[in-house]
Amino acid sequence: MDTVIASEPPLLATEGIAKRFGNIRALQGVDFSVCAGQIAAIVGDNGSGKTTFIKILSGNLRPDSGTIWIQGVSHAFLTPKQSLAAGISTVYQDLSLDDYRDVAANIFLGEELTYGGLFLRKKEMTRIAGDLIRDLNIGIPDITLPVGSFSGGQRQAVAVARAVYHGKKLVIFDEPTAAMGVRESAAVLRLIRSLAQKHMAIIIICHNLHQVYEVADQVSIMRHGKILQTTSTADTPLEQLQQMIIDADEVD
Amino acid sequence: MRNKRKFHFSEYFQSLLLLGVLLVLVVLLSIYSDAFMTGKNWMNILKNHMAHQLILAVGMTFVISTAGIDLSVGSILALSGIILAFALNAGMAIPLAVALALFSAAAMGAVNGLLVANFRINPLIITLGSASVFRGLAIIVTGGTPIYGMPQEFLQLAKGDYWLPIPVLMAAVVLGAALVLSHCTKWGRYTLALGSNCEALRRLGVNVAWQKVSVYALSGFLAGVATLIISARLNTAEATAGSGMEMNAIAAVIMGGTLLSGGKSTLFGTTVACLLLSVIKNGLTMLSVDAQYQEFIIGMLLLLAVVVTDLRQKRLKRSGGDAAPGAAIPKSCSCDAGSDKKTV
Ligand SMILES: Nc1ncnc2c1ncn2[C@@H]1O[C@H](COP(=O)(O)OP(=O)(O)OP(=O)(O)O)[C@@H](O)[C@H]1O
Ligand SMILES: [Mg+2]
Repeated sequence: MDTVIASEPPLLATEGIAKRFGNIRALQGVDFSVCAGQIAAIVGDNGSGKTTFIKILSGNLRPDSGTIWIQGVSHAFLTPKQSLAAGISTVYQDLSLDDYRDVAANIFLGEELTYGGLFLRKKEMTRIAGDLIRDLNIGIPDITLPVGSFSGGQRQAVAVARAVYHGKKLVIFDEPTAAMGVRESAAVLRLIRSLAQKHMAIIIICHNLHQVYEVADQVSIMRHGKILQTTSTADTPLEQLQQMIIDADEVD
Repeated sequence: MRNKRKFHFSEYFQSLLLLGVLLVLVVLLSIYSDAFMTGKNWMNILKNHMAHQLILAVGMTFVISTAGIDLSVGSILALSGIILAFALNAGMAIPLAVALALFSAAAMGAVNGLLVANFRINPLIITLGSASVFRGLAIIVTGGTPIYGMPQEFLQLAKGDYWLPIPVLMAAVVLGAALVLSHCTKWGRYTLALGSNCEALRRLGVNVAWQKVSVYALSGFLAGVATLIISARLNTAEATAGSGMEMNAIAAVIMGGTLLSGGKSTLFGTTVACLLLSVIKNGLTMLSVDAQYQEFIIGMLLLLAVVVTDLRQKRLKRSGGDAAPGAAIPKSCSCDAGSDKKTV
């Protein structure tokens, strides 16, 4: 991790995070860290535990054991509120949208702008939502339509816009470009880079290694609920990483 | 890119369909009977048929929009009416007795809400059970005999006029408040989001359990408001009061276009449906048609409304868009119990 100044403690770190679902050991001791301004990618097979891990960071699941440090403060688990309050926001793999509501309602869900905490400031929210979508450069012809009527990529854009708007310190992306076209993916990757430049920490889960190499500073390979290896993208060529993933396969 | 909200016709299709049926009915009834199209009769419709029904249906609209259902409102109405009568007979001041009745009705609703929020049991089963419990309690404490006779001042609630008859005013205030609540507040948003994506709401840090409790408590509270009107009108509180009213409320909500699967509601549709049902009751009484036909006609209308809407949606949308209003069985949503409990 040569991009990181040694004196700076990680914004977020975990140690020995484990999680079981019945008999399935989804996570078996995950040690991970990310610093402000850094883009950390997690890659790995389907079912390797990536989503489970980030759900623990966003407070949606309680780990069975392990510790989460946020800016040096340790937690056994987080609630969604705590995670959000710590400045962590997340683009979920399933997007977590309210399909019957429009773009503005989705972007502000849970964080509505109000007059005196009571009445919604709908116009203002719609205006901000419009600006966000425009900045993302993703074609949504009518942002007042329910997001359930949008295409997969457009829906993903709404989820990304929401996380970016609310994220203060760390934004987690769980396959943010999975349904997007080339142009839209490029826009999201550009956005991720600009967030890191603003000194935010980023965790991105992505199956597309080319996209990973476009943005990430470090890559962690996850397998069977463990992080096998973390390397810097500057030191490891893409082909070598690919080989490492395949080799990991043969170890089992 | 459009930023201005436009009128989406299809959102209102079902309400407009009902409005059409209502207009036809009104025209037919005014042809058949001279007494129908009079101010006095319309006040009668609003005051004696519609007011309490709309109040219950407004509460039911909120509950159904969370993908829930409340079968206990009729029983809450009966039991809180009896609490009211006991309090009044014991000489409690009217405002206090009314407050007590409303509070206990809301508390009964909150019990439903707590059960729905904390257990992975379908609200249909929970409120079916609590309906029996509340109704049973009402029978036990009264010994099955009606309590006649309330203070004269209290009866003014039903008879009184304050520019409009008081029951009509009460219903109007409830509807107005509900419209504001549903369209202009966080609470309204979260209530709908409970129905469309409860898990998303939880992830965004909203206390979904409390939100559910508040929705069911509101439904109970409104049953308490309805009981004020009914007990004042009949000058009676009895254990059988309000039986079957939950079914009428559900019918009105679904006919109006609120989705049984949650996430989308229309208070406008609920209001039109309540008015339609009230006009039917009034019209059939005027034509001295047997009460049995009412049930039949209400059922046919409910089926007509949902079938026509479904047919239209099938034609409009090749891709899976909105479900038809009656298409889904309410699912129990207890995502607040934590998605990690899925494996249990
Ligand atoms: N709520 C749950 N209940 C039971 N098992 C679960 C649950 N969530 C995840 N799992 C299991 O945990 C394992 C890890 O799942 P996870 O979703 O974290 O994988 P992933 O790495 O995100 O995969 P993908 O690349 O397909 O998104 C899987 O075997 C999955 O079946
Ligand atoms: Mg995943």
